[in-house]
Amino acid sequence: MNLLLTFRIAIRALGRNKLRSGLTMLGIIIGVGAVIAMVGIGQGASASIQSQIANLGNNMLFVMSGSMNTGGMRGGAGTSQTLTPDDAAAVERECPAVRAVSPGVSANGQLVYGNQNWVASSRIQGTNEKFPDIRAWPIETGEFFTEGDVRTAARVCVVGKTIKDNLFTGTDPVGLTMRIRNLPFRVIGVLSTKGQNQYGQDQDDTVIVPYTTVQKKMLSITNISMMMISAISPAATFTAEKQITDLLRQRHKLGANQDNDFFVRNLTDVAEAADQSSKIMTNLLASIAGVSLLVGGIGIMNIMLVSVTERTREIGIRMAIGARSAAIRRQFLIESVTLSVVGGIFGIVFGVGASIIISNTLGWPTLVSPWSIFASVIFSVFVGVAFGYYPARKAAGLDPIEALRYE
Amino acid sequence: MLEAQVVTETNYAADPLLGPALITLEHVHKTYQMGDVEIHALRGVSLHIDRGEFIAIMGASGSGKSTTMNILGCLDKPTRGQYFLDGQDVSTLSRDELADIRNSKIGFVFQGFNLLSRTSALENVELPMLYLGVKTAERLTRAKEALDIVGLGDRMHSMPNQLSGGQQQRVAIARSLVNQPSIILADEPTGNLDSRTSVEVMGVFQQLNKERGITIALVTHEPDIAQYARRTIVFKDGRIKNDYLIKDPRSAREELESLPPIEDDEEDEE
Repeated sequence: MNLLLTFRIAIRALGRNKLRSGLTMLGIIIGVGAVIAMVGIGQGASASIQSQIANLGNNMLFVMSGSMNTGGMRGGAGTSQTLTPDDAAAVERECPAVRAVSPGVSANGQLVYGNQNWVASSRIQGTNEKFPDIRAWPIETGEFFTEGDVRTAARVCVVGKTIKDNLFTGTDPVGLTMRIRNLPFRVIGVLSTKGQNQYGQDQDDTVIVPYTTVQKKMLSITNISMMMISAISPAATFTAEKQITDLLRQRHKLGANQDNDFFVRNLTDVAEAADQSSKIMTNLLASIAGVSLLVGGIGIMNIMLVSVTERTREIGIRMAIGARSAAIRRQFLIESVTLSVVGGIFGIVFGVGASIIISNTLGWPTLVSPWSIFASVIFSVFVGVAFGYYPARKAAGLDPIEALRYE
Repeated sequence: MLEAQVVTETNYAADPLLGPALITLEHVHKTYQMGDVEIHALRGVSLHIDRGEFIAIMGASGSGKSTTMNILGCLDKPTRGQYFLDGQDVSTLSRDELADIRNSKIGFVFQGFNLLSRTSALENVELPMLYLGVKTAERLTRAKEALDIVGLGDRMHSMPNQLSGGQQQRVAIARSLVNQPSIILADEPTGNLDSRTSVEVMGVFQQLNKERGITIALVTHEPDIAQYARRTIVFKDGRIKNDYLIKDPRSAREELESLPPIEDDEEDEE
């Protein structure tokens, strides 16, 4: 007796009691739907954290100069003048886990163009030519300044989207000259939109100039206040942190009992932790939803057991006219697998729909992956077989004489 | 028929002169264990049935006739003794092998019709062929043929609840003969039918037996139903008490012709 025929027999049997089949399926529909929606919410959260990590830059670390400690008064990080451009060069040269380094100094000041003026909230940032790579922040129009510009402390600048919109009132500023702290600067590029950082600060409200220009033409200093560092991989940020610390301690000739005169901040570290917790949350949600799927499976088993009892006579007839035990078992197994798979398919529709509704009404990001759909189909089949097996075996094990006599 | 000339009132103990019988039971015992009590349903039954016979099995309840039917139908196995069907010893076969034998060699007709509900007459008749693995086209042809034989060719798409008792029983007969079995076993086939319909159903059996040479064994407790058969076996206390040929069986067809025509529900079309 081939599978297709058994399948048809099973479908016909289910069709005879549509209400009951439908209610049984409902258990699976809710179970699968809940799993898909919950995993969708979890993965959506995870994806948004991932994009925030990417937004930070390529595996970024910051090194800030240490706090100044004069006569008992201690300044915050960056107030001392311990970091130099040579330190930055040494870190890039000697730390194997480091891919790129940009020295950083920043200044406050007014920006003026024509009759407009503006004070950037992200200050005037001095960096080198590696900034777009380290921050994963490409140029939108024009170009970034070059190593040559950095060497010669050229008066060129690259502006963020917010500056373009406000100071230049939306017109393309590339090639124009603006005044920064009353010095004329040629605008050579506009950065692409980066949006807010995780603290809500507008990262596009910035103007970037060579750090040497800030040092020599604005502040008249030779030190730098920070370094932006890109490690070779997310995992390497920890190694890089240690290598940088060791190198700088050595370069600053700090003894074993002296504190660091700088701070190393590993941003990826924090983000990874957030990502981890969102993954844990996803698993938690999925397992709660999985419980409802289990309950749905028990519902199938319950109905199949009732069905076997109710159809004892039918089973007797089938056996009398020559159905082997295996054929009976297969029929009931297919019935339960059909219930669970059809329920699973409706559950996918329900789950995807619920995800869309959740993201629209609650504003939570959701992400339904093909993988979770695939997994729930597989799981539905598994539920059908697992919970259908016992009733099917019970049906197949009936004695034909007893079954025929059953009223 | 040949055996009718040979046999007169006797019990059919193994007799080599008779040649290979269709069914041979040899000293069959069946004992049921009910708690501490052993119930001896059969206490040594020996029986020959040849091809083309039409047998009525009679006896009070508890006489062993149902147990014998279950064993003949390969639904049950003897505790002791042997059962040869078509020369094959089936008393030692496995559950699955017995299912195959039931499928291909035995047709069942029950008192309560036992059709699958909400399943058309045609599909009910197709069922035994499904388990035999007959291809769809052939299955359909054979099922229609079988329904034609029992006179229900025009009702093949009716559901059992749309058919009268007599029609349902004829669907059941069509189902029993569709795999061309060696024997049709009918367990009180007229038990749920009124007398006229009973005669009609017996007419179908007589026709199958006479025109197609199909072997039939039916269990009944009504002596006048047994009169339609050509041989009667009476059971008592787990043994065969009597085994005799009926000299002049009743003819269902003649009786039906003599009966006044009644507009019964079988003639109703929906």
